[in-house]
Amino acid sequence: MSTAPATAAFATPPRRRIPGFAALFLRKPVAVGALVVLVLLVLAAVAAPLVAPYDPIVQDTSATRQGPSLAHLLGTDVLGRDLLSRIIWGARDSLGGVALAVVVMLAIAVPVGVTAAYVGGRVDRVIMSIVDVVMSVPNIIMTLAALAIFNNSMTAAMITVGVLASAAFSRIFRSAVLATRRELFVSAATVMGLRPLQIMVRHALPHAGGVVLVQASLFAAATLGIQTGLAFLSFGPPPPAPTWGGMVADASKVLATHPWMFIPTGGVIAIATLALGLLGDGIRDANAERFTAPTRVRGLEQNRAAVDEVVPAAEEPLLAVRDLTIGFGDRGALTVVDSVSFDIAPGEVVGLVGESGSGKTVTALALLGLLGGSGRVTGGSIRFDGRELAGDRKAFAEVRGSGIAYVSQEPMTALDPTVRVGAQLIEAVRHHDGCSRAVARRRALELLEAVRIREPERVLRSYPHEISGGMAQRVVIARALAGRPRLLIADEPTTALDVTVQAEVLALLRSVQRDTGMAIVFVTHDWGVVAETCERALVMYAGQLVESAGIDDLISRPRHPYTRALLASDPHGARRGELLPTIGGTVPSPADWPVGCRFAARCPLAVDACRRAPIALVDLGAERTSRCIRIDALVAEEKGATA
Amino acid sequence: MTAPVVSAVDLAVDYGSGRARRRVVEGVSFDILPGRTLALVGESGSGKTTIGMAVLGLVPPSAGTVEFDGADITALRPAERRALGRERQAVFQDPYSSLDPRKTIGYSLLEPARLHGASKADATSRARELLARVGLDAGAMRRYPAQFSGGQRQRIVVARALMTSPRFLVCDEPVSALDLSVQAEVMNLLTSLQRELGLAMLFVSHDLAVVRQISDDIVVLQHGRIVERGPAEDILTDPRDPYTRRLIEAAPRLDRRAPVESGKKGAPHAQL
Repeated sequence: MSTAPATAAFATPPRRRIPGFAALFLRKPVAVGALVVLVLLVLAAVAAPLVAPYDPIVQDTSATRQGPSLAHLLGTDVLGRDLLSRIIWGARDSLGGVALAVVVMLAIAVPVGVTAAYVGGRVDRVIMSIVDVVMSVPNIIMTLAALAIFNNSMTAAMITVGVLASAAFSRIFRSAVLATRRELFVSAATVMGLRPLQIMVRHALPHAGGVVLVQASLFAAATLGIQTGLAFLSFGPPPPAPTWGGMVADASKVLATHPWMFIPTGGVIAIATLALGLLGDGIRDANAERFTAPTRVRGLEQNRAAVDEVVPAAEEPLLAVRDLTIGFGDRGALTVVDSVSFDIAPGEVVGLVGESGSGKTVTALALLGLLGGSGRVTGGSIRFDGRELAGDRKAFAEVRGSGIAYVSQEPMTALDPTVRVGAQLIEAVRHHDGCSRAVARRRALELLEAVRIREPERVLRSYPHEISGGMAQRVVIARALAGRPRLLIADEPTTALDVTVQAEVLALLRSVQRDTGMAIVFVTHDWGVVAETCERALVMYAGQLVESAGIDDLISRPRHPYTRALLASDPHGARRGELLPTIGGTVPSPADWPVGCRFAARCPLAVDACRRAPIALVDLGAERTSRCIRIDALVAEEKGATA
Repeated sequence: MTAPVVSAVDLAVDYGSGRARRRVVEGVSFDILPGRTLALVGESGSGKTTIGMAVLGLVPPSAGTVEFDGADITALRPAERRALGRERQAVFQDPYSSLDPRKTIGYSLLEPARLHGASKADATSRARELLARVGLDAGAMRRYPAQFSGGQRQRIVVARALMTSPRFLVCDEPVSALDLSVQAEVMNLLTSLQRELGLAMLFVSHDLAVVRQISDDIVVLQHGRIVERGPAEDILTDPRDPYTRRLIEAAPRLDRRAPVESGKKGAPHAQL
């Protein structure tokens, strides 16, 4: 086969330049606003002698209890002192105290938390015991004691607050680092020969950085509350020294006669607290976005094949999907499944094949009305048994379970771990049959027997974690059968299972299908599973159906270059030391779908006409379709290969 | 007779402690000669990944030894063990967590080489060379892992593993998280690099079909013990142990069809 060699075909993707941290942060207006507020407050505090219009302690008895005016922008207090000047000077004490507490907290909590997590074992246990002891100390009493011992020193109080808080934050930082310790890149660094300290500093700590920043800003906000609260209670610098808390206390004394004074004094505390919290959120979000690929969204009205011609099956189909289009994001603007049409006849077993990004799972979920997140059907129809389902929540709810059932990839996550298997099955039976518990229990036992579980009574009494993965998948299948569905959608039902268990589950699905006559749609990437279980297969690529055919025809005579290439890369035919034919390149992401054939960039047979305009799905007769205009060349190569 | 690069001698590994302690690997011995690939095959719970970790020194053996160039790695001093990092590298299953998402590809590639004493210029030129070898251009150095697909990341991981010119590579399910077509690319890359560089390789996999392409010898594991071992072709074409036979038989194959019987005949849910 004339596919390009694996090594030459890849260039690094030219798109998706990820902006730096600063650029991402600047895109968050709220966080930027919060930062500006904090910077202004800090600058004003630092440059208080220059910017404060009045001396904060000089009284002007001619101008007491004034509201805002040009002379006193924020008014004056009961002794005629300028409130703006007092707030600016007071910021030194309040913000300085907060900064001190945060620095003390971080200086203790970060090294302690990281060491406990990274060294682990006995060191971890000893550190965490100490942390527990510190956490049990009553904070307020200790802080008041520090004030008493150190002659009403706010500095001592803030250091105490930082030290006491460091215990709780050590725990938070420890768990953040523990999470990264299980990452494979940390294992890789260990194998590489990095020292534990190097791993901590280079890989574990930066990973926990987002958590540290967010926690530090939240702690700062909380500490501002403590600092101003203490000042309100007349701890710290004695009057007439300006403090934010002290000013609120003054304001509260004249609340009835001069309510205005509350607004600037309380307001500055509220604004500073809010700004610290919002800043933390912004930093965390910008930091997270930096290391995850962004998704770009392009308009919906892109390249769509003019008309998709689909020949309806001879029999009345059980499920008829026409031009199904699914979008994600804002109003479904990013199309991920593009005009997919197919029929499923009663009792038919059909494979829906594709690689990640092909849209196969999204299509399957849409058939159940279970699109998650921002996904929605933006066009086309889904008719089940003659009834239109697309866009009709009520219809979906009625059909789901009793008409169309679903089996997912991970049996263990499909079952509720806190509820016994029996209760989950009985619940499903009663939902569909509305029968008594006793009747439902009998039917649950029948269902477990139908999925060839040998000791149904014992399994009914078990919790999901007490049974094996294969057994759990049988239970999930039994539950799916509870509503006597006429169509089962099985999304990679055996991918998470061991091969020997997979063989059993596939055999089970086949026999259940024979017994009940229900149709099955197998969503899978495994050609072996398709070949052994399906009568017909639909191949998807980049959101489109590219080929459909009976299974024998599809595997022995593929009529789309993608199908052919995907079949060839199946490792079952490999020989020791020989290279497998590969496709080269990558599946284009939905934002980058080309105008013409979506496979053209990776296709050895592509010509200019392939790239120029959308390619329609063409009926080839004998119940086959293909979205390719180079079938002649494909057939010629096939003949050449066999001749 | 060439001396093996890596040997496991009567290796046993326990997990848990106290009463919860249980043996997950028992009495496993094998040698890997220079330029040869040994595949460890088994289902979940067979202990194959644990053996790979023990060989890398990531879990301590409870009994037996792992030898590198004839020296017991558990008896090495920490500095000596770290120096082994130059000779011995790993490619893990999940390409998404194998690279530090906060470091550029260039940083990740240079780190092992710089750690083992390469100059910045030498390390950079080797990184470019290896990126080209795994099919990526040098522009990749400035990017972050999130900007690459799973297959591209796994190729970067392979390049990183080769930065220090190791003699021994452990691959733990290196392609099982990848799509079929990408899987073939990465397997081709590993197969040809192994031959070009004469690497000794321990290839851990649940998939006998994948193993066929790369391995010289196969060890089949069940519940932490070896059930069958031998040259790859012998095991794959003429398995002796019933468990190995079941493993091979159970894997779905393209050339085997289920008897297609149309379910349309049966009355819906006749028996239920």
